[in-house]
This record gives sequence, C-alpha cells and structure tokens, in this order.
Amino acid sequence: MTLTGWAEIALTLALVGLFAWPLGQHIAAVFSGRRTLLTPMVGPLERGLYRLSGVESDEEQDWFSYTLSMIIFTAGCFLALYAIQRLQGVLPFNPGGQDAVPPDLAFNTAISFITNANWQAYAGETTMSHFTQMVGLTTNNFLDTAVAMALAIGLTRAFVRQDCATIGNFWIDLTRSILYVLLPLSILVALLFVFLGVPQTLRGSIEATTLEGARQTIALGPVASQEAIKLLGTNGGGFFNANSAHPYENPSALSNVLESWSQLVLPVAMVFAFGRMVGERRQGYSLLAVMTVILLASVLTLYHAEAIGNPLLTDIGVDPVGGNLEGKDLRFGQAGAAMFAVATTGTGTGAANATFDSMTPVGGLVALLNLLMGCIAPGGAGTGLYSMLVLAILAVFIGGLMVGRTPEYLGKKIEAREMKFVMLSVLLGPALVLVFSAVSVSLKVAVDSLGNAGPHGFSEIVYAYASTAADNGSSFGGLAANTPWFNATTGVVMLLGRLAGVIPIMALAGSLAAKKKLGRSEGTFPTDGTLFVFLLLGVALIVTLLQFFPVIALGPMAEHFLMGSGRTF
Amino acid sequence: MFDLVSGALRASLVTFALCGFAYPLAVTALGQWLMPFQANGSLVMDARGTVLGSELIGQQWNDPQWFHGRPSATTDADPNDATRTIPAPYNAASSGASNLGPTSKELEDRLLGAWKALDDAEPEATKNMLPADMLTASASGLDPDISPASAFLQVNRVAKARGVTPDGVSALVKRRITPRTFGVFGEPRVNVLQLNLALDREFPMR
Repeated sequence: MTLTGWAEIALTLALVGLFAWPLGQHIAAVFSGRRTLLTPMVGPLERGLYRLSGVESDEEQDWFSYTLSMIIFTAGCFLALYAIQRLQGVLPFNPGGQDAVPPDLAFNTAISFITNANWQAYAGETTMSHFTQMVGLTTNNFLDTAVAMALAIGLTRAFVRQDCATIGNFWIDLTRSILYVLLPLSILVALLFVFLGVPQTLRGSIEATTLEGARQTIALGPVASQEAIKLLGTNGGGFFNANSAHPYENPSALSNVLESWSQLVLPVAMVFAFGRMVGERRQGYSLLAVMTVILLASVLTLYHAEAIGNPLLTDIGVDPVGGNLEGKDLRFGQAGAAMFAVATTGTGTGAANATFDSMTPVGGLVALLNLLMGCIAPGGAGTGLYSMLVLAILAVFIGGLMVGRTPEYLGKKIEAREMKFVMLSVLLGPALVLVFSAVSVSLKVAVDSLGNAGPHGFSEIVYAYASTAADNGSSFGGLAANTPWFNATTGVVMLLGRLAGVIPIMALAGSLAAKKKLGRSEGTFPTDGTLFVFLLLGVALIVTLLQFFPVIALGPMAEHFLMGSGRTF
Repeated sequence: MFDLVSGALRASLVTFALCGFAYPLAVTALGQWLMPFQANGSLVMDARGTVLGSELIGQQWNDPQWFHGRPSATTDADPNDATRTIPAPYNAASSGASNLGPTSKELEDRLLGAWKALDDAEPEATKNMLPADMLTASASGLDPDISPASAFLQVNRVAKARGVTPDGVSALVKRRITPRTFGVFGEPRVNVLQLNLALDREFPMR
C-alpha cells in the first residue's frame, strides 16, 4: 500500500460526495414533481410520452398496481430482449455476422439484464451483434435501473405519507428516472468516455498488421454509450468479455476513476434524495454513514491483501512490490483496482477491471462478503436504498425488542405485518445462495465447470450464486458458467432474487403508507444518531456472518491458510 | 388489465427507441464528429495508412529487437475442434484472463515455466527479483503497458539485437515513461507499441 494509492481512493470518494449531493437534490425535486433545470427541455418530451402510453400524470397507484405494473413491464422487457438475441442473425447492425444466441444463454442473459444483475455468461465481442448490444442490452440497462429507482422512490413515499392508499405512479416514476436522471447523465459520461479513449463506432472490427508482420483483429463498436449506463445504472454487463479491464472499455487511470465514480454517484445521491424527501436529511446521513463504514473497511482490507501479493509468486522470484498482478492490468495500479472492486461489489454493478477469481483469498472474501450482505455499500441505484431501509427496519425492531417498546421508524409503527415482509426479503438471499450452492457442489455437471480446484473451486460456486442472488453480476470467471445447468439455475436465482425480494418490500411500502405518522416522543428511539449507526452496522454484519460463516470458513478462509503454508491444487 | 398491458407496450416501444437508438446513435454522431481519433479506436497507422494496431490494445511481440509485453491468457477457437480453445496471446477479438486462483498449481507451473524460459534466454535478468508484470497475465489479456522496471530489464537484449549501445535505448525508455496522472492516479507505465515505434525511428534495424 502506498500513500499515493490512498490519495487516489480518497480523491475518488470525495468526487462521489461532491457530485452526489446536488444530484440528490435534483432527484428529490424530480420525484416530488417540482420544476428542475431540465424541465424546460425534458418536460414536453415527458408529456408526449404520457400521451403515447395513455398515462394520466395525476393518477396514483396503490402498492399492488404499482408492483403489478412493474412486473408486466419487466416481463415485456424480458420477451423483447430474448427475441432480439434469438433473431440477431437477421436483424441489422451485425457487422461481425453473429448468429442467434443459443436458447439457454439468451434466457440467462435476458433475465440478467432485466434484473440489473448483468451476470455475464456471454462473451460480448464473440456473441452479440451491435443491434443486440445497443437496442437490447443498452436499453435494458436504462430500464432495469429506472425500475429499481422507481421502487426505491415508492418505498420512500410510504414514509412521507400517512393514511394513504397510494405510493405514486410506476409509469411516471419510471419515465422520470430515465428522462431526468439516467439519459442526461449517460450522455455526459459517454462523451467523457469517448474523450478518454473509449470507441464509439458502428464498425465491427479492424484488421491491423503489427510491426512484426502478424495480423491482429481488433473488435470494437458502440462501446462508450453502453459503458456509461452500464456503470451509472450499476448494471455491469460489459461490451467485451473482459469487461472494464478491456482497454477499450477502460483505457486509462483517469477513465478508471470516472468508472468507479459512475458506479457510486447515483446510489449515494438516492440516499441524499431520501433524506430530503422524508424531510429529515439526517436520516439519510445515518444510512450513508453505515454504507461508508462498510465501503471503507472493504477497500482498506482488499487493497491491503492485494498489495501484499501472493507468497507463491514471491517464492518463484517475483518482486512482491507490484502486489498480486495476475488478472490485473497495469494502468490502474493496485489502488485503482481495489477501489473499483469495492465500488462494483458494494453497489449492484458487478463489473470488473481485475479478475476476482485471481485475487488473494482475503481480497476475494471482501468481494464475496459485500455480495452476501446484499450489496448495500452503497448498493445499486435504487436497490441500495431500499435494501438498506429494510435493514434499518430490522435494526429498529431488534432495538425495540431490547428495550421492550413498539419499534418505530420515521414515525411509522413497525408491527408484526411489516416484520413478516422484512423477514421474507432478508431471508430470501441466504436461502437462494445456500441451497443452490449445496446442490451444485454435489452435482458432477456443475463441478465439471470449475476453473480451479480445492477450496477456491468451492468459492467459485458460492460466488456465482451470491452474485446472482444479490443481482450483482460479478463472477469468479474461471467457472465456465455458460452451460445449461448454470444458465438455468443462475437465471432462476436472479429472477427470484429480484422479484421475490422486491414484492415483499412493495407490500411493506403499501402497509407503511396506510399508517399514521407519529410525532417524536420521549420514548422514540432516535434513528439519526451514532447509536443507530452502530446498531444498523451491527445488524448488517451479524445477520450476514451468522448465515454464511460456514461457507466463508470452507472457502476463502481455508484457502488463505493453505496459501500461507504453500499448498497448491 | 388490458389497458395496463397496452400502455406498457406503447411505453416500452418509445423507451426502446429513445434508449436503444436515439441515445447510442447521438453519442456515435457526436463522438465521430468531435473526437474521431478516440471514437474509432485510437488507431496507429504508418505513413502509407496501414493500421499497425491501436495504442490502447497490447500486441504479441516475439523477436528480440522489440520490447515485449506481458504474458497474455487470451485464447481462440481450435481450428481442428471448434468446441475447444487454444492459447492465442493478445487476441483482440476475444479478451480474457487466466482466472487462475492464488493457490492454483497450473498458475505455479506457468510462472515457473516463464521464469525458466527467461533464465535460459537472459540469465542476467533473473539475477534479481523480477517485476510482477513480467510473469503475470493481465485481466484483459490485452494490457498495452509494461512497468518501467520490466522495460529496463529488456534494454540489453533490444540494444544487442539492434547493434546499438544500451545507454541510448535506456534513455529512450526513460523518455517514454507515462507518469501517474496528476501525480496520483494509476501507476507509472510504458506503452509497448509506442515505445517500439519510437525505437524503430531512433534505432532502425540495419
């Protein structure tokens, strides 16, 4: 670890805070229906869209219609994306002459892109046509992020309102997310990416003749436009197989900072927006404090582990000063790789500028823990906020049990009905990860896919399901995941992880919106101070560790000690 | 219910048009107009306009008169059996990494093999600890850079092959080092293709 490395991480995070603050203000204004700077330009477009789709701009929905609209919309996106992949051979913008994507891979990829997981079983440059990349993948990057933002806003309104049957209008929230937030930001960031060297062309590939006279085919395409929304929307599905490690996705140290920034800025802004919308900014700050502590602890540990490197390499005669460089590109440095790895597993992005599979056991463990916590530091754009709110309700409930009072959060009484929804949402992730991992390690068809033996192989399988259950999408890439078994099971896990996780949360929103908002009294447990920050942090960590300790011990921890003793597999 | 579905359908069509066509095509138009060099892949051409490569994409170098890049784990389809892959370093049509874990025997064997090969070819170089990038493969398999330490270790071989003194080549390497951006971001590095192009201009093969 070096001082410049720490300065790079600190500067990146400072830039996130600097831009997330006004962006949060903007988001709060957009979803409260107030005028913003963009209204004169975007307003007419917005009204036109509502006319086309028959949405009444003052019509409100209860939680059930809101959720049903979301499900119907998501199902439509799934069908469209599946069809595009299967038909890409006859569709335009196919300079590489790609054939139809096979059914199991198309199924997996379609689910992966409607759930914001962006699990990458496909290899972009060898599988997908430009039409699929632009119209299929890029569009769904916008749509699934807008869906997640809408849901988070719906839940936020439940805390603002009282005695109210409705939580907003899904179609309006969806449209506003795209028009006022995602599209303008993406255009700016995409152009910055082009400036920094990311290609944006409709050509398929370039033939080069090297100075030695050899031929090199260089794949390119409309990369920058997809890269921007891939990161801003915390999606993570790369244009290329190597994702953000590919020099065309992430050409320099500076573009790398922009990439880490892009992943973190919207999730953090959503938390600021939450504080503003509920009328108590300090409530947002305490959630953000918990996210920040987890993020800082993660980046500290991961950077430390990777900078020390692998003793196996030192024994062979490799200078440990460069750290663990297997699976890392030189231009980012260990600090840039660590910042990116934590930004991408702490959010729902799941992109990669270094291979998680080749990280040291402790480095890989940090990434895995972030996934197992459900990607809450600071989480995806939208998903981070609602996942953290669910944990906050769990925390006040546990706090309430300790002092023997009916728990309240933001003036809303938390009762048995709400806790049932919270527990459904909290227990779903572990159930998916543990059950599917257990089944997979006992099946030959799954174990045949392993890229590494020993405890590391076990980690590969657990990581796959942890990543898909949390709809993150990063992977231990050695696992050959493009097989019927993994395409089918990770597809199902992604779908359940998103939908079955979200439905109880929206039911919770409906139940909360209908309640009275109680004023603060002597007995109210304050949820905007240091005490609550520690309680929430404790709940997040203890819940995760209790559920997953055996898995962590069998995988990364066992590997760490075996690596120290010089054992290889 | 029907209203909901038909509304959803119309809304989706418009958003697909906006996000899937208008947005990428607008960025393409602006990028091609304002920044054509970057938008087309930062290509490097010779005087006759032949594309020599991209300054962002690493290439495979075999001959002793060139600086060599890092090992690359990219593969290509086996021409004899399409279901298998064969090693194809710096295959810019199919990026990828080794994905070998820290306790992998395969990784250990590969590194030992690379070290021995270097020891045979240049016993001078392996006297000290080697810079990590010289033996490890990158995440993309297309890393265009090497560390300054790795470049300096290759100076003797390159100078000998070109029949010039190592001092001049060493000075050239020094000039081609890209420092950390703003002194903070990233790592100091040398772009191999740029270095080799400069090398050919200053010390052409006779």
